[in-house]
Amino acid sequence: MRETTLHTDTISAQDADQVISPVEPTKGDIGSGRRMILNMGPQHPSTHGVLRVVLELDGETIIKAVPDIGFLHTGIEKECEAKTWQQTVTLTDRVDYLSNLANNLVYALAVEKLIGDMEIPPKAQWMRVMLAELSRLNSHLVWLGTHALDIGAMTVFFYCFREREDILRILEMFSGQRMMTSYIRIGGLALEPPRGWQQAVGKFIRAFPSKVDEYMELLDSNPIWVRRTQGVGFAPLEDLLDLGVSGPMIRAAGVNWDVRKNEPYSSYDKFDFVVPVRQENDVFARYRVRLEEMRQSTRIITQALEGMPEGAFQAEAQHVVLPEREKMKTQMEALIYHFKIVTEGFRVPAGEVYQAVESPRGEIAYYIVSNGTSKAYRVYMRTPSFGNLQAIPALLEGRLLADSIASLGSMDFVLGDVDR
Amino acid sequence: MVPDQLKDHPDAAALEAQFAGAVIGGHAEHNEPTLFLDPTRIVDVCRFLKAQGYVRLSGITAVDWSPADPRFEVVYLLHSIQRNVRLRLKCWVSETECEIDSVTSVWRCADWYEREVFDMFGVRFRNHPDLRRILMPNDWEGHPLRKDYPIHGYKYSYQNE
Repeated sequence: MRETTLHTDTISAQDADQVISPVEPTKGDIGSGRRMILNMGPQHPSTHGVLRVVLELDGETIIKAVPDIGFLHTGIEKECEAKTWQQTVTLTDRVDYLSNLANNLVYALAVEKLIGDMEIPPKAQWMRVMLAELSRLNSHLVWLGTHALDIGAMTVFFYCFREREDILRILEMFSGQRMMTSYIRIGGLALEPPRGWQQAVGKFIRAFPSKVDEYMELLDSNPIWVRRTQGVGFAPLEDLLDLGVSGPMIRAAGVNWDVRKNEPYSSYDKFDFVVPVRQENDVFARYRVRLEEMRQSTRIITQALEGMPEGAFQAEAQHVVLPEREKMKTQMEALIYHFKIVTEGFRVPAGEVYQAVESPRGEIAYYIVSNGTSKAYRVYMRTPSFGNLQAIPALLEGRLLADSIASLGSMDFVLGDVDR
Repeated sequence: MVPDQLKDHPDAAALEAQFAGAVIGGHAEHNEPTLFLDPTRIVDVCRFLKAQGYVRLSGITAVDWSPADPRFEVVYLLHSIQRNVRLRLKCWVSETECEIDSVTSVWRCADWYEREVFDMFGVRFRNHPDLRRILMPNDWEGHPLRKDYPIHGYKYSYQNE
């Protein structure tokens, strides 16, 4: 077989034939060692966003896969340096737009760690856990629906989006927004939880476990789904770890590591749940791990609903948290703090901090540097999708083109999370 | 030398024993151990730490401390699943040299992380297999996360135009 030279240095935003130059076939050579360059994305339904993968094919087999990212880069990290600490919360929503509350949470936890002398009341902590789990369900539902759609099981998509709509309604009830919630703020929550939230969440969570059974029945009894996922998308665990993969991808390969358990934050240690782990390390195992995670999230939400502590939803920290409206009318000090926080923001002590949280896709972590002013000096977002995406060549190369759709889908990436 | 705060840290002690003089400082703010390293020995130190259980590299980033000299701080975020600990390594890189050895030979995932740092800060990584921009277009001028790069821009770029 002849060797093809790859010119990967010119890969960005070029025509595919400029990226990799295929070998000119000689007469009678067709079908044997003839390479073809296929440009998948950035506008391809199975890339779930603007991901571009340049594939070099030999017949149906992928010889080389080169991911090309950056189409959705919006410079969020730079913008964080120009906004006050509290304003930045709204930017974190837009990083991973399927699990906004996990992003809100990791940012709030990191800044609270930097501030130091702040005690987040139990009610706010439990509420954060509950909402983070709801957004995990939201994210997994979108993943399951679109992943199944890619492989040809269309029905599941409609079922998943039906339940997702319920979750979005709950989020809207809490924050007034369906997707860009910004509900978790530095110092607690944005608002007092709305009247009747127990009924709304309770109704959803009682019905949800049977829905998960429904998805599983739909898919496991579908022979096409099973044969297109079992044994597909395997890559050795050492490779996955070396390539920076985290989250359900490596839990489906036998690693029992979940930030919620290993480095508990926001009272996760008070909840009873199991981290699902499987050994098969294929697309099917990833599907089963995420489905089991949905069941465990349901358990966590139920516990949060039943044991929700009473009390304040914001910390007692007048230099960070906006005062109540009533106090501003009667207390001079409250008025002054309100003016200071709104006009110039609060100052955060100089220092640096690294905070990790388990997002639906893996380890999301913010590394924040403060120089003691009211704006961040540097916010680095370690996003799970960016790390996971490096495994694309390991999952695709040497496999069939048709399997690439299943493999890509099983990674569950969000391009906003990759490009930031 | 290892600071007093980290005298009991097993990896700091092991590093000091293995590579005398490689650790030039550190701190443990917020209980997060951080070591400052001699940039010329970063690859050896990382290879050693990987053998000590730091199988995962969570990320590589940089901080621009302009106008200080050396200007850039390259930050390595290490994580050991087995031991459930994290470690942060830092190297200072001056603006004039703006180069440091790549750790892609230790962790393959450093590939994209280093490309991102190169793209955003202009710090070059020696022996990187494929050092080019990753998020910005190839023909972009400047490095957006540097402090002297404006937050509001007027330029745009379309390739092949």
